[in-house]
Amino acid sequence: MSLSDWLSHAENWVFLVIAIPTLAAAVKVVSTSNVVRAVLYLVVTLSGTAALFILLGAEFVGWTVILVYVGAVIILFLMGIMITRAPQGMEAELSHPLRVQMPAALLSIVLFAVIGSAVVDAFGWDTLMVADDATRTASIAEVTFRRFVIPFEVVSLVLLAALIGGIVVARRDEEVTS
Amino acid sequence: MTVTQFVILGAALFAIGLYGTLTRRNAVLVLASIEIMLAAVNINLVAFDAYVLDRTYSGQVFALFIIAIAAAEAGIGIAIILMIFRNRHSAQVDELDAMRY
Repeated sequence: MSLSDWLSHAENWVFLVIAIPTLAAAVKVVSTSNVVRAVLYLVVTLSGTAALFILLGAEFVGWTVILVYVGAVIILFLMGIMITRAPQGMEAELSHPLRVQMPAALLSIVLFAVIGSAVVDAFGWDTLMVADDATRTASIAEVTFRRFVIPFEVVSLVLLAALIGGIVVARRDEEVTS
Repeated sequence: MTVTQFVILGAALFAIGLYGTLTRRNAVLVLASIEIMLAAVNINLVAFDAYVLDRTYSGQVFALFIIAIAAAEAGIGIAIILMIFRNRHSAQVDELDAMRY
C-alpha cells in the first residue's frame, strides 16, 4: 500500500489529526520546564489516546480513560505538585543535565527503531477491519464477569490494598513526630 | 487503517515515556512519564484487539485492568512522594541517595 493509497482513506486523516497532537503533547510532557504545564500536556496526551480508542471502536475503554485519567489521576498529580512545592520555571531543576539526557535519548531512539522495524517486518500494511458498530459495553461486561471474573476480583483487591496503603503511607506518623 | 500505524504510535509514545522517566528529576514528572508508557501499552492492546477481531474482547478487558492498576500505582506513588517530601524536604529523585552506598 502506498502513501497516497493510505491517505485516500478518511479514517487515516482522523488518525493523523489525533496522533500528531498526542505525540507533540507527549514530547512536551518530558521536555517542558514548567511542572504544572507538563501535567496539563499529559491531559492532551491521554485524551488523544482516548480518542484513538473510540476510533478503534473501543468506546467503553476510551471513556474510562477520560474518567479515570483526566478526571482522577491528573488531579492527583496536580495536588502532588502543589503540596511538594516543586520549583516552577527552572529548567535545570526539573531535568537531569545533558550527560544523562544524551544516553537516554539514544536508548529511546534505539528502542523505537527496534520495535518499529520488528512491527513493520511482522505486519507490514495489513488492514485493520474495525467493526461498523462500536463494541457494546454489555459485551465487555459479559466477558469481564464471566471469563475474566477472577482477574477482575484480583484487581479489586489490588485497588483496596492501594487505598489502605496510600492512607497508611501518607498519614503523619505520631510516634516519630511526638 | 493498518495495525502498524497504531503500534508505531504506541512505540513512539513508549520511547518518549522512557526518555522522560530516565531524564526527569522531579518525582511527580517521573510518574507522569510512566503514565505515558502505560497509555502506549493500552494503545497496543486495543489495536490488536481490533486487529484479531476477538469475540472475547481480551485486549479491551486487559486495557481496563491496566487502567485500574495504573490508577493504584499513581495513588501509591504520590503517597510515597508526599512521605519522602515530608521527611527530606525534597521531591528530586537524585537527592534520594540514602540507600546508595
